[in-house]
Amino acid sequence: MTQAPTPLDPARAKQLSAEFGLKPDEYDRLLAILGRTPALTELGIFSVMWSEHCSYKSSRVWLRTLPTKAPWVIHGPGENAGVIDIGDGLAAIFKMESHNHPSFIEPYQGAATGVGGILRDVFTMGARPIANLNALRFGAPDAPRMTRIIDGVVRGIGGYGNCVGVPTVGGEVNFHPAYNGNPLVNAMTVGIAPKDRIFLSAAAGIGNPVVYVGSKTGRDGIHGATMASAEFSADAEEKRPTVQIGDPFVEKLLIEACLELMATDMIVAIQDMGAAGLTSSSVEMAGKGGVGIELVLDNVPQRETGMTAYEMMLSESQERMLMILKPGREAEAETIFRKWELDFAVIGHLTDTGRIVIRHKGAVEAEIPLAPLESEAPLYRRPTAETPKQTVLDASAIPDPVGITSALEKLVGSLDLCSRRWIWDQYDSTVGGQTVQRPGGADAAVVKLEGLKRALAMTTDCTPRYCLADPEEGGRQAVAEAWRNLTAVGATPLAITDNMNFGNPEKPEIMGQFAAAVRGMAAACTALDFPVVSGNVSLYNETNGRAILPTPAIGGVGVLEDAAQSVGLALKPGLDLIVIGATQGWLGQSLWLREIAGREEGAPPPVDLAAERRNGDFVRARILAGQVVACHDVADGGLLVAVAEMAMGGGIGAVLEPPPASLPAHAFWFGEDQGRYVLAVADGSALLAAATAAGVPAARLGRSGGGDLVTGPGSSISVASLRAAHESTLPALMEAVG
Amino acid sequence: MKVVVVVFPGTNRERDMAIALERATGRKPVMLFHRETALPQGTDLVVLPGGFSYGDYLRCGAMAAQSPIMREVAAFAARGGHVLGVCNGFQILCEAGLLPGALLRNASLRFLSMDCHMRVERAGTPYTAHWQQGAVFRAPMAHGDGNWFGDDQTLARLKAENLVAFRYCEPDGRTTQAANRNGARDNIAGILSPNLRVLGLMPHPEDYVDPLMGGTDGLPMFTSLVESLASA
Repeated sequence: MTQAPTPLDPARAKQLSAEFGLKPDEYDRLLAILGRTPALTELGIFSVMWSEHCSYKSSRVWLRTLPTKAPWVIHGPGENAGVIDIGDGLAAIFKMESHNHPSFIEPYQGAATGVGGILRDVFTMGARPIANLNALRFGAPDAPRMTRIIDGVVRGIGGYGNCVGVPTVGGEVNFHPAYNGNPLVNAMTVGIAPKDRIFLSAAAGIGNPVVYVGSKTGRDGIHGATMASAEFSADAEEKRPTVQIGDPFVEKLLIEACLELMATDMIVAIQDMGAAGLTSSSVEMAGKGGVGIELVLDNVPQRETGMTAYEMMLSESQERMLMILKPGREAEAETIFRKWELDFAVIGHLTDTGRIVIRHKGAVEAEIPLAPLESEAPLYRRPTAETPKQTVLDASAIPDPVGITSALEKLVGSLDLCSRRWIWDQYDSTVGGQTVQRPGGADAAVVKLEGLKRALAMTTDCTPRYCLADPEEGGRQAVAEAWRNLTAVGATPLAITDNMNFGNPEKPEIMGQFAAAVRGMAAACTALDFPVVSGNVSLYNETNGRAILPTPAIGGVGVLEDAAQSVGLALKPGLDLIVIGATQGWLGQSLWLREIAGREEGAPPPVDLAAERRNGDFVRARILAGQVVACHDVADGGLLVAVAEMAMGGGIGAVLEPPPASLPAHAFWFGEDQGRYVLAVADGSALLAAATAAGVPAARLGRSGGGDLVTGPGSSISVASLRAAHESTLPALMEAVG
Repeated sequence: MKVVVVVFPGTNRERDMAIALERATGRKPVMLFHRETALPQGTDLVVLPGGFSYGDYLRCGAMAAQSPIMREVAAFAARGGHVLGVCNGFQILCEAGLLPGALLRNASLRFLSMDCHMRVERAGTPYTAHWQQGAVFRAPMAHGDGNWFGDDQTLARLKAENLVAFRYCEPDGRTTQAANRNGARDNIAGILSPNLRVLGLMPHPEDYVDPLMGGTDGLPMFTSLVESLASA
């Protein structure tokens, strides 16, 4: 028999529900489910479970339309991370997740715990993490606190990843004033597990013990999920207590202990305690399994004295896991966790009541039926407003104010194109000894699987300025670019994880951006056989009513059967340079237009998915046939920037042929037409013939050699000057921080 | 040749080290968990790999230096045993007094992950036999606290006794300040004990033993050890 929890005073409960972020109609649903006024702990549980962050209440109707299936998909969205078959009896388990709000409030810990959280999502399924990546968006460097935020985020990602011993091998960064009050920190982890040893989160077995392992619970991060589900105003700094504190050393212990336990047959189900901590893990595990759960909080390992049930259920203390063990195996499991000097406590058991019951100090603090908590959770099909289409710019009507080489020098030093070395030099990219393609060396990171020839290629991509101008085209482009980057190292792209970063979904224009981006992504995923297997949504990325650029960050994973077949982008001398894909000189939304002509306008370049696939499949086949020495996709900045990046990578120049007379030179060199690659090959004629035979547009660009990039008679720039411009931007910017 | 790799709970480059050792010796090393209190019979070489031993929230390696297994490692070294410490292992060796000096925060106060070049300052040791004197090789470094410091007396003694194993240098061998990224005194990247059997260095030769993953510049250290210890 359970005695009912002590309800709050009705007026107080209603007032608190608003403070906890519940809308009035959501609070009415709660009352209907409970049939009485909630107790404080119950109100806390409802408010976090129904927060945007945990419930996906605004995004779910759209996310359902994404393609999630392929023969190689083992588990799509709905588990802690996505799982795909990569051959050799192995699965890759991966996901990307945002930690945007905490990283703005407290950059170091916000970013660090973002890495910690995504690592747990992956190893909780039985995988050893083999790589971390990230996708970062910062504001204008002269915005208040911005260099401090950049510094803190980079230190936080490094501080956590370096210690835990997982190499940080790739990522992307953009700068735009729209992120001044709301930088984005999206972290991705990729892990490997035997494909028949995947651990899921659905609880099962009435009476089975509920076990808590990892760090002790403290008062940090209480209501973090609620904070992450609201806009910021001027009081952002005051929300610092909602940010969690990370301990990568304990995470390392937790990885080793969990993997050791997973090698046995003791675990029924396991899930990490992420957002909304003990609440979401216990509710979701029991809910998925269709069972009840009873917790005795007196048994929860506690870091502080006098913690209440409400505080323990809402704490987001890091490095904790919840699992259901087979009965009678507790002592055996505990031995493993004691070996790794981690807390281990049986804190409850599964029941047949279909309810979550929370006991503390002899009293029942919460009793909630689980089915309606999930089935009655708010689900919104919010009004959408389409983003108006932008004009397609006519390149011939846009004059070149500075000339080709001056523009190139300025572009390679601009914030969105300059070298990211200052960042990746602070991330351990080689630990594990399997990193084949390191940051900056190729379009995607390549990490070999220990003891095998097989390797994974990984990338993160999104072009937010395209997404703002045309969210559908931008969504399509983000997926296509991830596919392209994997292709450019020779990998076969397999699947993606998405991290949807948008503004306030209650505004129709924001919800319209979201819906359109999903539409574009879905089209690209389908056309490229590149399904979504996991993801995360971060809404309310607004400060003082100003939204970020719509940023559907894509994390792509592909496979190479032989790591030795991968290619990088560094140019070598004496090679023919060939561009694959059609060049039409698309200047709308290009970086040239923004950085050189000072205009942010026009329709973004369209992605022709059929051409994308044809061109990419052609390029990959040539790489795997061993005919390609270096390969680089043509992205931000266009063709000449791509060639310059290859030249800087190898320290080798090139003599380029003049652009076709049909296009203005600046449109040819800096237009951002999609679906293109630059290949450096020994035999250009053979490649051109093969392209013609395959129906793939291809053209000779020139030949590598020397120390200069020559774009025409009297038009050249040394690779050394390009490197100087490229490498100096971030160090100069960050010098002031020290 | 029996090699023991000591694994502290926060060690994270033990697999890299095991791969390099197996490549050179043809045998998997013994991975010894930090709670063990004795080295296996017949141990020829003890390796302390990179990582964050006990989290290193205190001075790097300070807690590990006090762990029971390190008393055994010290006794092994005192008996003339071979001990290699890389990165965190070097920090632990200094904290344990098996090598002189200390590893301070990098001069930039930032974690540094990049390739560096090192010049072989003392060939002909068990660790450097397969390099020529003055040879230059490349290895990744990945550390926040790799700035070796010794006082004037210590430095003078190391130089007088020719115990500097490696110095940071340019690809052409010049020991410039620019090549000395962590700010180590006198560009020192690695040092030896007087009997030449204990070596500590910050960069990671174990990560460069395969052409696919950056090259084989680090392999001579391991093949040197095989030859030296097989004939020992």
